[in-house]
Amino acid sequence: MNTKTAAKKEVVKEDAMWLQKEMINRNYHEVATAREAGRKVSATFVPGNLNELLMCFDFARRLPETDALQNGLRKKSGKMIMDAERDGHSEDVCTYVKSDLGMMLQGQVGPTGEPMPHPDLLLLSYTGCFTFMKWFELVRQKYDCETVMLHVPYQGDGKISPAMRDYVVKQLKEKVIPTCERISGVKFDIDRLREYMKESVKAEENLVRVLQSAKHRPSPIDGYFGAVYYIGPMFTAFRGVADATRYYEVLWSEVEARIKEGKGPVTPEGDHPGEKYRLVVEGPPNWTSFRDFWKMFYDEGAVVVASTYSKVGGVYDFGFRHDASRPLESLAEYCLGCYTNLNFPQRIDMICRYMDEYQADGLLINSIKSCNSFSAGQLLILREVEKRTGKPAAFVESDLVDPRYFSAANIKNRLESYFQMIKQKRMAVAA
Amino acid sequence: MKTFIGIDLGSTTTKAVVMDERQTVLGRGITNSRSNYDTAATIAKQEALVAARFFLFRKTLSGAVDGDLDGFLAQLERDFRLEQYLEQLADLEQVCERNVATAKFGDAAAGVAAALKTLFSLLQKEAPALFAPGARRKSDFFRDIAGAQYLALGEQVAKDASVRYDMLLNVFDRSIIEVENRVYDASIKTHLLAALERAFVALPHTRAFSERIRKPIQSVLDTDMDETYVVGTGYGRARLPFSKEHIRSEILCHGLGAHVMYPDTATVLDIGGQDTKAIQVDRQGIVESFQMNDRCAAGCGRYLGYIADEMNMGLHELGPLAMKATKTVRINSTCTVFAGAELRDRLALGEKREDIMAGLHRAIVLRAMSILARSGGIRNEFTFTGGVAKNEAAVKALTDLVRENYGEMTLNINPDSIYTGALGAATFAWRAVMEEGKTAEAREKVAA
Repeated sequence: MNTKTAAKKEVVKEDAMWLQKEMINRNYHEVATAREAGRKVSATFVPGNLNELLMCFDFARRLPETDALQNGLRKKSGKMIMDAERDGHSEDVCTYVKSDLGMMLQGQVGPTGEPMPHPDLLLLSYTGCFTFMKWFELVRQKYDCETVMLHVPYQGDGKISPAMRDYVVKQLKEKVIPTCERISGVKFDIDRLREYMKESVKAEENLVRVLQSAKHRPSPIDGYFGAVYYIGPMFTAFRGVADATRYYEVLWSEVEARIKEGKGPVTPEGDHPGEKYRLVVEGPPNWTSFRDFWKMFYDEGAVVVASTYSKVGGVYDFGFRHDASRPLESLAEYCLGCYTNLNFPQRIDMICRYMDEYQADGLLINSIKSCNSFSAGQLLILREVEKRTGKPAAFVESDLVDPRYFSAANIKNRLESYFQMIKQKRMAVAA
Repeated sequence: MKTFIGIDLGSTTTKAVVMDERQTVLGRGITNSRSNYDTAATIAKQEALVAARFFLFRKTLSGAVDGDLDGFLAQLERDFRLEQYLEQLADLEQVCERNVATAKFGDAAAGVAAALKTLFSLLQKEAPALFAPGARRKSDFFRDIAGAQYLALGEQVAKDASVRYDMLLNVFDRSIIEVENRVYDASIKTHLLAALERAFVALPHTRAFSERIRKPIQSVLDTDMDETYVVGTGYGRARLPFSKEHIRSEILCHGLGAHVMYPDTATVLDIGGQDTKAIQVDRQGIVESFQMNDRCAAGCGRYLGYIADEMNMGLHELGPLAMKATKTVRINSTCTVFAGAELRDRLALGEKREDIMAGLHRAIVLRAMSILARSGGIRNEFTFTGGVAKNEAAVKALTDLVRENYGEMTLNINPDSIYTGALGAATFAWRAVMEEGKTAEAREKVAA
């Protein structure tokens, strides 16, 4: 058995990663000290995150899913989940929810060890995940937080109609903005929103460049394990912030340099050992064993060239950009276009397009035990993509932040089988 | 001669298959995986190579033996097993003696040592009966055979010698692992030759043409079996002393193994000790897609093992009991941990044991059906492999459910299906050399 003591080795990080770490810590500090600074705290979800709008009201911004995943990465979520279960939540409930509730039960200390105050406003931007609604309902009930809901219609027909967009804009104007004004005590200024959005677009351009760099051979990035870092600022409290623009400039220049040098992605143990398999991945990653999971890929020479999870907080690679000239409409379109709000044919089209454009060898689905929103229909997606592309697909199962649901031996076995299957198929085609 | 070897390190048993350049299976070997995969792999391989020699004996002796060649070879094999058993027994005795000396038995030590002497001479005396024609053995593994004998004879010996029985057991427990993990590679040829002499004694009529037998046997023994390429698979595969090139996932091996056994196989179901795999293969035996149970081993072979323990029965007795059922009791939980509770609950409700057994087998197969559905369903032909394929009640439940859900299908079950993974691995080894021109590679340096 290979039992290298990798844990003690210094983790290899790119400059942009250090920058991001500093930004995240700073944001947690802002949330922790918001009350002292006289600021209100908002909480909202990654898909449909209206960050620029919340910034217009000077909210310190929390994102409960990222709190949960940060706690997962820091190996703190297991106890939180068990506390939430003791408080009456079933084993089958989304573990992001339980991790969040458990964190509050444990005395409201955030992932970085700083206090995590209750939000003053829960902005429920509902973009396809039903659990989000129940999650905020629970938080509201327990901590008496005010909630405002933005109902984003599902793209059941696979397109955004003007009526859908107008419906979202109307809610923004009549409900969301007045509530934000009342709670924050700050008057809405649409020009301020426009300025933030202009900043967003700059960052979005570079994010897309980075994600699409995986079309190169070898890919200079990992479009899943690496991309979850790359999307960090964009999907959380930083879209529209100048820091994020700078982050993406630094990141892009790093990636550009890797392309020129013909280098593969950076892994926690250094440069990727060499690209043998190019994969598209559907489904969120596991956070509690994130590095072990990733290692199973790069040890075998697998690189993820595109993933759907890196689009949950906004699908930018097919052309959408925030538009400062029509700010509210653009926010509405952003919400309507989130990955979680897409119907199955759209998701399948998206994956097939990735398979083609990124020259992938196959599709891998990581099915999350406690996430019905993602898991429902995944096998149908798998079948259909197999059928359309003729490329092999595989299925592994784990969980978001519940360490009990990560069976390393089982996952490794399936991944190795899958990689060997791709190799064998390739040989058969060559013969 | 060139040989191509596949080794499948399973959670319960380790299997090996040896084939020649023409892809003829020469021999199969099996051993318990114990806690030592290295030894298990070596022994399974050695067993397969022994079986390969017997295969060659048969080939070379056809015509040399007047009359019953099968009978002669069966006698030879029994005698060979006896020789092997006696060697291990002698080894076990030595280790036991040593362990008595270091055990803290105080004043009782001398008595235990004397009792051991008596016990081992009895064990030796009883040994030939174990390998006599028609003798039934519950297992072919030394640990099981010697253990059962030791337990049975030891009780009386302890009583007669007025030593504590548990002290004798203690010595056995401390000694068996060491003996079990020893590889007796060097003595195989000697054992075969000694067994030959025994066979001539047991079957006096063969003496008349003993010279016609001796020569070809000696020539087979002198044939060097070159281990040209070895491929390992199964859960313990990472432990094998080969480079990555020599390792294949058991999913690929089961797919290919099933294809080699039944070339028209499209769907494979493998129910092993700890996992259930549904595999779709193409016309060349290449895996197209697969699904397996997740982190929970519900409904796998181990579940049946657990039920057998709960019922105080042997694993192989479950199937026949279930076949006596007149109805099928509905069992919903295939959770191994809940199995005992389900079982007692149904018994308490007055259900008959055989009807409950039928329900349990159906429950396992229902779970397998769900995994099959996930992998893309069952296509014709359908091949069922793994330890559970030996269970007639599981096969019956599967046949019924396949008919109900997919209509008529050809269901293939090979009596040697436990070797499917190893057969696939051996075929990969053969392909690597014969089709891809590879040569064996040493293991990469792995950090200890």
